Amino acid sequence: MAAAILGRLTVTAKPPSEPAGRMRGPPHCLHPVPGRPRALRLRYLPRARFPLPKRRLEVNPGGLRLSMKERFECCKQVTFLQQGKRALAAYGVVMGPLSIPSTQVLEEQAQESDDLTDSEESVYSGLEDSGSDSSTEEEAEDQDSGDEGTLKGSLLSKKAQARMASQKKEQVQCRSLETESMPSAQQGLPLRGEYEDDSSDEEDVRNTVGNIPMEWYQDYPHVGYDLDGKRIYKPIRTKDELDKFLDKMENPDYWRTVQDKQTGVDVRLTDEQVELVQRLQKGQFGDVHLNPYEPAVDFFSSQVMIHPVTNRPADKRSFIPSLLEKEKVSKLVHAIKMGWIKPRKPKEDTPTYYDLWAQEDPNSILGRHKMHVPAPKLRLPGHEESYNPPPEYLLSEEEKLAWEQQEAAERKLNFLPQQYRCLRAVPAYARFIHERFERCLDLYLCPRQRKMRVNVDPEDLIPKLPKPRDLQPFPTTQALVYRGHTGLVRCLSISPSGQWLVSGSDDGTVRFWEVSSARCMKTLPVEGVVKSVAWNPNPAVCLVAVAVEQSVLLVNPCLGDKLLYGATDQVIEAYEPPEEERLQPVTWAVAASAEHTRGVRLIIRHGKPVKQVTWHPRGDYLASVLADDGHTQVLIHQASKRWSQSPFRRSKGQVQCVLFHPLRPFFFVATQRYVRLYNLLKQELAKKLLTNCKWVSSMAVHPAGDNLICGSYDTKLAWFDLDLSTKPYRVLRHHKKALRSVAFHKHYPLFASGSDDGSVIVCHGMVYNDLLQNPLIVPVKVLKGHAPARDLGVLDVLFHPTQPWLFSSGADATIRLFA
Amino acid sequence: MGGLEKKKYERGSATNYITRNKARKKLQLSLADFRRLCILKGIYPHEPKHKKKVNKGSTAARTFYLLKDIKFLLHEPIVNKFREYKVFVRKLRKAYGKSEWNTVERLKDNKPSYKLDHIIKERYPTFIDALRDLDDALSMCFLFATFPRTGKCHVQTIQLCRRLTMEFLNYVIASRSLRKVFLSIKGIYYQAEVLGQPITWIAPYAFAHDHPTDVDYRVMATFTEFYTTLLGFVNFRLYQSLNLHYPPKIEGQAEAEQKPEEGQAYAMDSESYMEKLSALSASLARVVAPNPEDEVQVDEFPVDGESVEQEEARKKEQEAVEKQKKLFEGLRFFLNREVPREPIAFIIRCFGGRVSWDKSVCIGATYDVRDPTITHQIVDRPSLEKQVIGRYYLQPQWVFDSVNAKMCLPVADYFPGVLLPPHLSPFVSEKDGDYIPPEKLKLLALQRGENPAEESGEEEEDDSDEDDDDDEGSEGEEHSEKEDEGKLKKLEEQRSQGKKLPVKVSVGTVRLEDKQRSAQEEQSEEKRLAIMMMKKREKYLYQKIMFGKKRKVREATRLAEKRKAHDAATKSEKKTKKVRRE
Repeated sequence: MAAAILGRLTVTAKPPSEPAGRMRGPPHCLHPVPGRPRALRLRYLPRARFPLPKRRLEVNPGGLRLSMKERFECCKQVTFLQQGKRALAAYGVVMGPLSIPSTQVLEEQAQESDDLTDSEESVYSGLEDSGSDSSTEEEAEDQDSGDEGTLKGSLLSKKAQARMASQKKEQVQCRSLETESMPSAQQGLPLRGEYEDDSSDEEDVRNTVGNIPMEWYQDYPHVGYDLDGKRIYKPIRTKDELDKFLDKMENPDYWRTVQDKQTGVDVRLTDEQVELVQRLQKGQFGDVHLNPYEPAVDFFSSQVMIHPVTNRPADKRSFIPSLLEKEKVSKLVHAIKMGWIKPRKPKEDTPTYYDLWAQEDPNSILGRHKMHVPAPKLRLPGHEESYNPPPEYLLSEEEKLAWEQQEAAERKLNFLPQQYRCLRAVPAYARFIHERFERCLDLYLCPRQRKMRVNVDPEDLIPKLPKPRDLQPFPTTQALVYRGHTGLVRCLSISPSGQWLVSGSDDGTVRFWEVSSARCMKTLPVEGVVKSVAWNPNPAVCLVAVAVEQSVLLVNPCLGDKLLYGATDQVIEAYEPPEEERLQPVTWAVAASAEHTRGVRLIIRHGKPVKQVTWHPRGDYLASVLADDGHTQVLIHQASKRWSQSPFRRSKGQVQCVLFHPLRPFFFVATQRYVRLYNLLKQELAKKLLTNCKWVSSMAVHPAGDNLICGSYDTKLAWFDLDLSTKPYRVLRHHKKALRSVAFHKHYPLFASGSDDGSVIVCHGMVYNDLLQNPLIVPVKVLKGHAPARDLGVLDVLFHPTQPWLFSSGADATIRLFA
Repeated sequence: MGGLEKKKYERGSATNYITRNKARKKLQLSLADFRRLCILKGIYPHEPKHKKKVNKGSTAARTFYLLKDIKFLLHEPIVNKFREYKVFVRKLRKAYGKSEWNTVERLKDNKPSYKLDHIIKERYPTFIDALRDLDDALSMCFLFATFPRTGKCHVQTIQLCRRLTMEFLNYVIASRSLRKVFLSIKGIYYQAEVLGQPITWIAPYAFAHDHPTDVDYRVMATFTEFYTTLLGFVNFRLYQSLNLHYPPKIEGQAEAEQKPEEGQAYAMDSESYMEKLSALSASLARVVAPNPEDEVQVDEFPVDGESVEQEEARKKEQEAVEKQKKLFEGLRFFLNREVPREPIAFIIRCFGGRVSWDKSVCIGATYDVRDPTITHQIVDRPSLEKQVIGRYYLQPQWVFDSVNAKMCLPVADYFPGVLLPPHLSPFVSEKDGDYIPPEKLKLLALQRGENPAEESGEEEEDDSDEDDDDDEGSEGEEHSEKEDEGKLKKLEEQRSQGKKLPVKVSVGTVRLEDKQRSAQEEQSEEKRLAIMMMKKREKYLYQKIMFGKKRKVREATRLAEKRKAHDAATKSEKKTKKVRRE
């Protein structure tokens, strides 16, 4: 109470220092009157607005700045004043009527500051009694006295004032802290606070803007308003580095000088403040006297005290058993009885890990393990995964691009090979967890299946066949080329002696060649394309059947032994027409004399184009195939009797080719997909062979008569063993393109096939007498020579009757002999 | 015929398989529990041979389990534990909701738990089976051991993984069974041979993980649960086989326990022990002290059907392995602090070397940098200011390459700051026809005892000769010329030895060539004809195989060409540099 009274007393004792100053503005005006002229205001104008002569700046470039320091205050006084005056003058020009520039005001200001110090002193004198720090007081006094000494009657810089004021304020605050902490001085605080709030001191430069971010005032010359509502101007803070440095070097208190943001002035911290800061930095309490480790008073100690803590008698309820508890206990008992609550499990003391496989039974494999498919191990890394792989394993730019564009599942590598110069540079692999996770997924989610990996040597897959060398003879090289035709050579036939060759071509000629010399012996022009030629297989008869357009010509080539072909002519001439005229599907005509000289003896005129003509092995009968849809597609003619008949009553499809069995009275008819074998004696169907082909092109029968080969346009060659099955014994797909013709050799176990791809493949086709042994088929030679023309290659192949020679005729208008 | 009509899908493969959903319903488990059960029991879907038959005519994509597997799961005691756990969680939630803390505590005390021992015994009836399946377990545990102790999984799991992996590494050190190591961009691969089984695992580089969001950690955690149990049992057995204590004890620990060590200053007792173990610098204590006299000389029995050559090869291989085990014996290494300590210390210790590091890097350092007995210092920085004479300063790759080469490689290529030779994978064994990088060829030659460095050195010498001034160059050239002459003579001698009969070269040789060629042609044609005669299926297979072979060849030639181009490029670069310098 006494202290409070004292405080109040001091307040009352404090003289109202400057009533005149207070009169200038409303006492607590937050918004001062704008543009109000103030004496000191001009000093805070930006320097650029001072129309200072350059000379001055040169003489004393830091003049204004230096004036900030108290130490140079006096020596710079004069210049400063002059400068101020000049500035005032300048300002006067601008705002003439409003400005009241006079040095008197300045002096008045100085007076004010003096008064302030006085008043403050008086205040402190009041506090000194309550035991405040003396050193700060002294310092303040020092400063004051210094100020008084040096600046008597001169201008005290605003900054100095502000600093002093703030210092005092700090002191006050500091003191208030102390007084708070000290119980004895507890009463001092309200006193000081009261005084501070009440301060009507003119020079108390306290900012009234409140707790706002000070950068709001960044663009203004002032930082806020004092209690009188006057602007508080920013001090001129244009210290450059040099100034700062000088300050640092010369000011012993530089380290304890901080800037007050609210007023913008530099404040020198007092010793207490410094100590406070240091204490806080150390993490100690701000108050020196606070003891955080005070001995604890143990109220409820183990020692029984004589006196009870409370003297209240025990409640009645402490003697009566609690109903609530009883209920709870009974509930628990019930729960235990019912087995709802189980006692705590005894701790298991078995070790976590032990020898699990102590009694190992290798036979204890469970039933399910039979189907167990162990997970495959992860692939081991290759060179490309190295952190420093050989350069060839790094991807080039294009490969990288391709890698990035590929889908993740399609990539061969699931990472991009990288090269690092040293181990230090290797970063973490970003997809490590991903990869482990994917492995986990694979292990439990991926369906497993045992895949039998064929681990065979490819050489073992190749069938072990007898060497072609051991299967000789067979044609290997091209021996002769028969040139002369101008169109593609469609068909070939050879005389039974093997001396003469006949060929029919699209250029409308039939040519007779000598086999050994490749000489064209005779050319027989016919009208139209020659579809088929067939030399009579009977060596005693010299006749060639030629299918041209709608007729079949029987030609006597007049080659070789004159007796022989003369005999043939005689046989033909000796024909006597039968007495009764029989109905025939064709008309037989004897060739006219012009044609007779060329060799044509008989003409069998069919009503329709003839596709093929073939002789019976005895040489009397010949069969012709017509391009027709009806049942008269096949006709069988008897040359000696000039008699023809149509053997079939019904059509079974388009007939491709026909063939007589070499030994028995059988007749092969190939339609598009089937080959039918008719017994001519019994006149019935003996067998129907399923070729498995789309379109049969040609067929040939083995000279023994039990095997048949069948070429088709869908590149297949089917070998039928007639005794075995109606399905092919072997299907060969050797050619790339459609097969045009196939042929068997009369004596050697050879057969050949010619195809549109221009090649002739000669195969060894051995048929054994032993019925149990299957025929052996070995391809022995691929003969090439014909140049494909108009998508056609080899059109006909033919074996020499006695030699292992092969003739082939092609679309390139040549006939070639391979030997 | 008679009899009842047979219904479809009531016999045969359709009844042997069961879809996943049906299996789940049969087991009365949620999908998560089913998944967990499948992971723990090692049940996986099977791909039926005829999917459509199994799928009852439908072609929808379904996963099928073997019905037998699912029936087998029905009797699994763990299924009941899962259910118990579910009940426990429900009770606990209820108690929490009612704030009955006593109940919560009581429930937590009685938390149902399960053990996986019987499952491991069941899945791996013999120890060898377990070893065979250890790859994934180790990789997973090594990954989990590097996880941060936050969030992703239980801290106990991480610690357990760390402990188990360290134990395994210590076993590998003690048994010296490491065979191959490989620094890949993904991590470090190790291959050890334990009881004749190759075990490969990968450990990630020691970096923080960037945890991906599209990974289900529950699945991984379930796997890890199983793997840790497996690894624990395997470790126990392995330690037992070497007469080592399990849990491992550091040799000479008895004395160490009496006096407090500096390590205990910053770590708890048990932790520091674990740390010391994981430092991999101390050897382990044995139950029975090893007696060198006890080492039984293994009698050798010739295996039937094994030729002498094979036997010799086997012997040689064994010898090589024995030699490799003692690769770093007698060498003392020091690891600089920038070197990844754990892998390299592990590798060096596996081959009998002694290793230390800076005391501040990790506990367990045995000697200082200044130790004069250090023979190799592993450094991974471009240059070193202070170098001590008497030891090699090498990059870490040297250790890895030496282990893979089964011999201490020449050090010159591995000095700090030097451009390292490529690091090759030891897991690739090239068959003939595959591409072999030239570095590998060099290495193979080194292993055979040849010194390819001579030739290459000569080349370099030549290069340097060109670089250097004339006087030195002339000397070198003379030297090389002499060598060349010697070589030529040798070659000639060899030639003359090879030809015992003086055969005159005549015109006939040309024909001989022709004959060979024609024979070759004939053969190839034979082959072509034989291929024509192949059956369709075999032909398809043959063509597939041949296609694969051709692809391989193509790949090899591609690599070879790339290498050639690269070499040419580097050479030309060198030349231009030289020209510029001049």
